[in-house]
Amino acid sequence: MSSSTDLGRAEPPPATSALTRDGRPVADRGDTVCVIGAGASGLTAVKNLAEQGFGVDCYERETGVGGAWNWRHDRSPVYASTHLISSRPFTQFPDFPMPDDWPDYPHHSQLLSYFERYADHFDLRRHIWFGTEVVRVEPVEGDRWDVTTRSTGGYGPERTSRYAAVVLANGHNWSPKLPRYEGLEGFRGEVMHASSYKDPAQLRGKRVLVVGAGNTGCDIAVEAAQQASRCWHSTRRGYWYAPKYVLGRPADQVNDTLLALRVPLRVRQWLYHWTLRLTVGDLTRFGLPKPDHRVYETHPIANSQLVYYVGHGEITPVPELARFHDRSVELTDGREIDPDLVVFATGYLPRFEFLEAKVLGDDEGVGRPRLWLNAFAAGHPTLAVVGLVQPDSGIFTISHWQSVLFARLLRLRASRPDGAAAFDRKVAAGLGERYSGAVKDSTRHWFEVGHANYLRALERALHDLEGAR
Amino acid sequence: MNGEQVRVVRAWEWARPERPARREVLSAVPQLEEARPPLLFVPGFGHGAWAFAEHWLEHAASRGFPAYALSLRGHGGSEPAPEATLRSYTHDVTQVAASLPRRAVLVGHGAGARVVAHALARYPARAAVLVAPVLGGWGTFGTALRRNPGGTLPAVFGGGLRLSRRQLFSRELSDGEARRHVARLGRAGRRAQWQLLTGRQPEPAVGRPPVLVLGSPDDRVVPAAALTRAARRYASAPLLFPGMGHDLMLDARWREPIDAILDWLEKDPAPAAG
Repeated sequence: MSSSTDLGRAEPPPATSALTRDGRPVADRGDTVCVIGAGASGLTAVKNLAEQGFGVDCYERETGVGGAWNWRHDRSPVYASTHLISSRPFTQFPDFPMPDDWPDYPHHSQLLSYFERYADHFDLRRHIWFGTEVVRVEPVEGDRWDVTTRSTGGYGPERTSRYAAVVLANGHNWSPKLPRYEGLEGFRGEVMHASSYKDPAQLRGKRVLVVGAGNTGCDIAVEAAQQASRCWHSTRRGYWYAPKYVLGRPADQVNDTLLALRVPLRVRQWLYHWTLRLTVGDLTRFGLPKPDHRVYETHPIANSQLVYYVGHGEITPVPELARFHDRSVELTDGREIDPDLVVFATGYLPRFEFLEAKVLGDDEGVGRPRLWLNAFAAGHPTLAVVGLVQPDSGIFTISHWQSVLFARLLRLRASRPDGAAAFDRKVAAGLGERYSGAVKDSTRHWFEVGHANYLRALERALHDLEGAR
Repeated sequence: MNGEQVRVVRAWEWARPERPARREVLSAVPQLEEARPPLLFVPGFGHGAWAFAEHWLEHAASRGFPAYALSLRGHGGSEPAPEATLRSYTHDVTQVAASLPRRAVLVGHGAGARVVAHALARYPARAAVLVAPVLGGWGTFGTALRRNPGGTLPAVFGGGLRLSRRQLFSRELSDGEARRHVARLGRAGRRAQWQLLTGRQPEPAVGRPPVLVLGSPDDRVVPAAALTRAARRYASAPLLFPGMGHDLMLDARWREPIDAILDWLEKDPAPAAG
């Protein structure tokens, strides 16, 4: 394997006779697997594929590992105060524990150091081509893939290599989703998406309107409460604001105690409502709307401070926005407010611009892939998407097991093709399967999975594979 | 290796993470980085990192291997932990292993080999070496009872397991030295001792590590048959060092087993099948 740190990249492409569809030469990489992205999911894919004996080429558009969690990256959504939402045991890679003297909810800079140590510990950097972006990924005959790359920013020539399999780990929290409002163009105040929010200094002394009650929206509202001169928080509906600690322990650990005891969903919801009533109290008293759903039916929000600041009058909850005027914002209840900064914490959409939408089963081109286990596409047995999940818990554990499953599947494909064919049938039959309870229909919940349901389904798939060997 | 399946869902462990503990880690690192995998020595019950600091750490470093030894909680210079379980010990091993700069080779001695076997299911080690492994079960108990009834029986009732000088060392080691080592022995947690007998067997290893088993046919803690059984679990045969006691790293001829381990690692053993 060539080293990715060679700056000149002088090594000539291996001699080959293959050509792309439009007649350019292709470097045949044999049984090597291509991984796109060296963020958390990409790294664990590289590690698990290499562990199963595969050669791996990983392309990363940035110059470091860590993807979204590396604040130096221009696509990174982290802000100065980003901390984990799920506690450590749910968030770490299952075979590479985070230091146990770290806090329950580590800071994003600790996460980055964790990924850098992971990359060094398993010697992953030698597989990664930094500063290289993927332009096109095309399926070719024999379930193989032509991957065309170039230097990030479009400099230099394009290069095409042919791989035995491809793992897409390009992340889904970097392409901002911006809602449309009447009159937004004419608004004279400042407007930004949460992805460009980095530091509370951006809020200091301003009159701030935060739109959206995801975990980011709530974090920014809390920081606006501390820093800005005024803060409004607009939400579409009432939510359950879970504290990060209940009964003196991280809330997700308490929740999983119930899961471990196999307490049914209805009972868990009842217990959860009851715990929230005792700890957080009745939110409508603060002017927040009453939740129109049960807990577990929207992506969980874990924020102990939001309700606190609402109670101190530092955050004014407001309903949805109706339209923008030149210096004010009209709300759906007819009120008008006059912020000078509007922060849209309205989330992100996945983007696979290098791949034809049909490959991932997105026939209508709405941007929503149709996959099994959120990872496998029908008709493309050598393709996997890793990390395209919105779990009610940590994501890295899931990425790890997805890539373990894919690596073992590829091995099985070589040793027992019939066993792998059974897996393909399961993929085709299970497209679009959900792994969460009923959730509100929204792009927010496209990839929503309950971590227990999802991991159990993945565990079954792994055991079926082992059985097929 | 047993035919158990990988486990993905560990709700109890997520819900009840292991308590952090202050751990003693001793090390000897070669002066020049030679791209060799780091070794992590895991002592058995009653022993601490000191058992490896005596000879093996320095020797491994002199042959170019960065060498580390930890004291399981409640042992040596680590935090006292009378309620420790096998799970806490396993946690200690994976924590230290993951803190090393590169993928480590886990070397477990005695009951430390059982802890290593558990850790292998949680951490993809580069390789594993089980030295005079006490993998547990009632057979181990029978042997210990027969050889050293006075030291073993109290352990049944929650007391400490006391190992005698003659169980641990050959007659080649001077009496003074043997006494000095025995005086340093501590005791493992009561619950961990029980779990050694009754606890669940280790899950299959992750990351396909090659495993080497070695010991002495004259070991008075681990009988030769147990060594063969342990090695068979990992599809190999044990490497034998006749005439040595259970504590191969402290016995008079400590150099032979560590050299054998390092020779094996230098040959860069291939990943196990699976």
